[in-house]
Amino acid sequence: MSANGDGGSAAAAAPPPPPLEWKFSQVFGERAAGEEVHEVDIISAIEFDKSGNYLATGDRGGRVVLFERTDLKNNIHRRDLERADCPISRHPEFRYKTEFQSHEPEFDYLKSLEIEEKINKIRWCQTANGALSLLSTNDKTIKLWKVQEKKVKKVSKMNLDPLHAQANGSSASPSVFLPNGGCSESPYTHARNDLSFHPGGIPSLQLPVVSSQETSLVARCRRVYTHAHDYHINSISNNSDGETFISADDLRINLWNLEISNQSFNIVDMKPANMEDLTEVITSAEFHPSHCNILAYSSSKGSIRLIDLRQSALCDNHSQLFEEHETSRSFFTEIIASISDIKFSKDGRHILSRDYMTLKLWDINVNSGPVATFQVHEYLRPKLCDLYENDSIFDKFECCLSGDGLRVATGSYSNLFRVFGCVPGSEEATTLEASKNPMRRPTQNVARPPRPSSSATRAVRRGKFQQERKPRVSMPMGTHLTPLRSCCIWLGIQPKTQSPVLLQTACTSTMRKNKVKKKKKPSLSLRKCFVFCSREVRLDSGFFVGAVAMLFKDLNYVIVPLLRR
Amino acid sequence: MAMIDEPLYPIAILIDELKNEDIQLRLNSIRKLSTIARALGEERTRKELIPFLSENNDDEDEVLLAMAEELGIFIPYIGGVEYAHVLLPPLETLCTVEETCVRDKAVESLCRIGAQMKESDLVDSFIPLVKRLAAGEWFTARVSSCGLFHLAYPSATELLKAELRSIYGQLCQDDMPMVRRSAASNLGKFAATVEPNHLKTEIMSIFDDLTQDDQDSVRLLAVEGCAALGKLLEPQDCIAHILPVIVNFSQDKSWRVRYMVANQLYELCEAVGPEPTRVDLVPAYVRLLRDNEAEVRIAAAGKVTKFCHILTPEIAIQHILPCVKELSSDSSQHVRSALASVIMGMAPILGKDATIERLLPIFLSLLKDEFPDVRLNIISKLDQVNQVIGIDLLSQSLLPAIVELAEDRHWRVRLAIIEYIPLLASQLGVGFFDNKLGSLCMQWLEDKVFSIREAAANNLKRLAEEFGPEWAMQHIIPQVLEKISNPHYLYRLTILQAISLLAPVLGSDITCQKLLPVVVAASKDRVANIKFNVAKVLQSVIPIVDHSVVEQTIRPCLFELTEDPDVDVRYYAGQALHACDSIMMAS
Repeated sequence: MSANGDGGSAAAAAPPPPPLEWKFSQVFGERAAGEEVHEVDIISAIEFDKSGNYLATGDRGGRVVLFERTDLKNNIHRRDLERADCPISRHPEFRYKTEFQSHEPEFDYLKSLEIEEKINKIRWCQTANGALSLLSTNDKTIKLWKVQEKKVKKVSKMNLDPLHAQANGSSASPSVFLPNGGCSESPYTHARNDLSFHPGGIPSLQLPVVSSQETSLVARCRRVYTHAHDYHINSISNNSDGETFISADDLRINLWNLEISNQSFNIVDMKPANMEDLTEVITSAEFHPSHCNILAYSSSKGSIRLIDLRQSALCDNHSQLFEEHETSRSFFTEIIASISDIKFSKDGRHILSRDYMTLKLWDINVNSGPVATFQVHEYLRPKLCDLYENDSIFDKFECCLSGDGLRVATGSYSNLFRVFGCVPGSEEATTLEASKNPMRRPTQNVARPPRPSSSATRAVRRGKFQQERKPRVSMPMGTHLTPLRSCCIWLGIQPKTQSPVLLQTACTSTMRKNKVKKKKKPSLSLRKCFVFCSREVRLDSGFFVGAVAMLFKDLNYVIVPLLRR
Repeated sequence: MAMIDEPLYPIAILIDELKNEDIQLRLNSIRKLSTIARALGEERTRKELIPFLSENNDDEDEVLLAMAEELGIFIPYIGGVEYAHVLLPPLETLCTVEETCVRDKAVESLCRIGAQMKESDLVDSFIPLVKRLAAGEWFTARVSSCGLFHLAYPSATELLKAELRSIYGQLCQDDMPMVRRSAASNLGKFAATVEPNHLKTEIMSIFDDLTQDDQDSVRLLAVEGCAALGKLLEPQDCIAHILPVIVNFSQDKSWRVRYMVANQLYELCEAVGPEPTRVDLVPAYVRLLRDNEAEVRIAAAGKVTKFCHILTPEIAIQHILPCVKELSSDSSQHVRSALASVIMGMAPILGKDATIERLLPIFLSLLKDEFPDVRLNIISKLDQVNQVIGIDLLSQSLLPAIVELAEDRHWRVRLAIIEYIPLLASQLGVGFFDNKLGSLCMQWLEDKVFSIREAAANNLKRLAEEFGPEWAMQHIIPQVLEKISNPHYLYRLTILQAISLLAPVLGSDITCQKLLPVVVAASKDRVANIKFNVAKVLQSVIPIVDHSVVEQTIRPCLFELTEDPDVDVRYYAGQALHACDSIMMAS
């Protein structure tokens, strides 16, 4: 369960930091008892921005919800428990900021394909001019959104009576709309250019007086990047140069300029001439955080390739390959080797990868093997056969590194996610769990030995298994495992005050593909989002916060427990 | 609500619509900003309209773009240059928005205004604005500031100048690559205004930093700076400072940087002069022509003619030609294609003997290339080589190439070659054309693809223009008219189209004697499409022929068509008759 790092890490010299203590902090979008969970409400993407001040979630209904950090002195939602442990002034909290419909369901008439509105990935872009900007993607289309405060305009004084103007407006308005969106000018606008005005101007004319005290947040789609992917987009990643990004589907990676939406360059093409020869697909791709020319992508065969955009315009040949060959081979070896997510560490020295059973940390200068391997849910290994039968083995989990590179985190089943210390010598391995009772004692750090009950039927086994993991939650028999899919941590110095260090974790949970008929979209409302808070012992008044988004199909409501090491 | 006089009504609406909900209406009002300003008068424009616009900075990008553009030409409406500073605040805000095209336009407008401002005003308002932008919190402001230094600098005091130089230096080391890129691309403009002594010291050190930037995207913009700075420096300084940078860049790790060098190299050669070019840049260029990356070779190959222009023929033959030969069999078709599009231009540079001896084999091998674009590119520049060695040497290999392209599987290739046929015809001469290409031109009239048939008809017109009506009478008209009896109506339609195109070129006599009877006969066609096209053709012929012909032949034929059972035929016949009448009336 512990990191078996063997040097090579930048932080090797420093002693491992003391483990984090996690506390429940916040939950957003909690369901009332009896309220049904709609498919469209399930969160499918989550991402903190670079500063950690904003959090974006995307859901299956194509909506993006933004949360922002608030440093309000007193928050009425704060729980007593937290108040006891955290100095109020330093406690980071999030509040709902805004939400918008990013993608709509579409139909590709050329290919007779329905395109889901589900948000696959969200990535934040450089902020400029106080406006937030982010990229969101579904299976085929990437969009660049700008979210900006806009003054609410109230025009109070006009030259013409608004009613009067409206009555005439239809005929006298300078532009008449044509069906193609153009606008034709009515004859009198041409005539007006000949009008000669008195040099001093006409005193009776006045500019509209606009009063605007209030502001509202407006989300606007600035660019749509589309028609570049034949397969489903699995990742997007911004480049450190601030002008380009990549999008990766199963077989290709394309490079875009943020400013240009009608053109992209293919940089990796894994498509074989004959699709029957297909043995490997791209599962995830990411740019190096500081070197604009390096990007990494992972494959279903368990390898990570590093490519250097400087070498060639077409990067089908990788410059480095990271692979680990399993010593013992079984039927499942290849399946569970498939990497579902990769992330660069903030300094760009390491790459974290997640396959079905493990998290691996790679040093980009050492391609003989990972510098550390963390077992996420080793107790499932004897059950691979069952997991294969119900397709759970193909579940995809995301992973993340903290900004200081000291910890890694990923999701698991049964509403759990795991945080490991990745500094060599660190024994930290925390399991966080979402359960009905927030006051419960935390699950222990080291995973319990699995207790398989092989004689029972699969349904019973699974039910039992879940009850073992979460004894106080009653789960109906035969429900599916709920993979806690994505998880990201952010850790860095808070930009303004420089003193506290924040750790933020975000996870999303997706349900197994159960054939739920899409129901009517509920009106826009808050989606679930949990924020964990943790106290770092060594730092004075430094608190760690994580946000976890979860949704459980079979629970009417969700409560996140307080977990403590 | 004020009462508005009737003549002011439109302008009142225009002003009100500055705040309309509908973006199209707002956009329209902003585009008419000068009209609004004139209506308000200069003083109220300064005191009311401009502050009003400054407030309006959170509008949609399209509106902001239009506003940035309008403000650039607003000086006359605010009372002349002495009030130009009034326009700066709204443009300053526009310089910070996140949409690049709005920022660029705002910078452009600021430059336009700054260029007209008095020196004292520049010091009082423009320079502080540049400094504010350069110290802006958001990178967008800093990006915009880079494009304004060249205006601010000349009028600044010595002290301010030193400050501006150091600010620019900081911008070149900004955390944001966007800012560094903007600084790199504007360095040339700024450097042009800096005194020579500072140029050699401070600007060169800024430039050195940029050339060593971690980000490819910054370095490749620095390449452009090489040429600009090179032209500003004394030749010896240029050789000392710029040349090593260029040579380094030509061996940069990033192909994009090398690509830029390949594109810019001939300009850099002009900056450093002939001798260093021979010693340092020719080897650099040869390396680029042999680069590992196809994109770089494409760029280098595309510049081969321009580069040879600045070299002596001996050097070109000795160093460049061997590379050209290699490139003609490059593994990338795009490289060969780029080479083919420029290689013909080398013929005049090398002279007749060298062309025949060295270039001709390359032309011939490219003409046999498996990739149609390569062959097409060679053919498209045939006139250049014809001037040097005459077409005879090429014609033997040319013909098979043309025939092959003319029958290419891809209709776009066929289309491309059709478009070059008039050029070929003029280069090859009537005799050669009649023997070899005439039948091809007729064959295209019966192509399966409409675009080809259309182009073929157009081609006949251009050929008739090239060789004259008499030649056309002999070599085109009989063959074309024969095809009007084609069993398929689409091909008959093509012939009608060809007739309507040829008629104006061939003149009244031939039209009346040869073409018109065929058209009139076609009005009895069983297909309605043909009949209404007959009506259209007749309409187009009316201006060419005599009135008597119109009265005797065209009008009766059209009358007949107006009684056709098909509604479209009747409609077009009616249109044509109407045209008939109006022309008669006019004369």
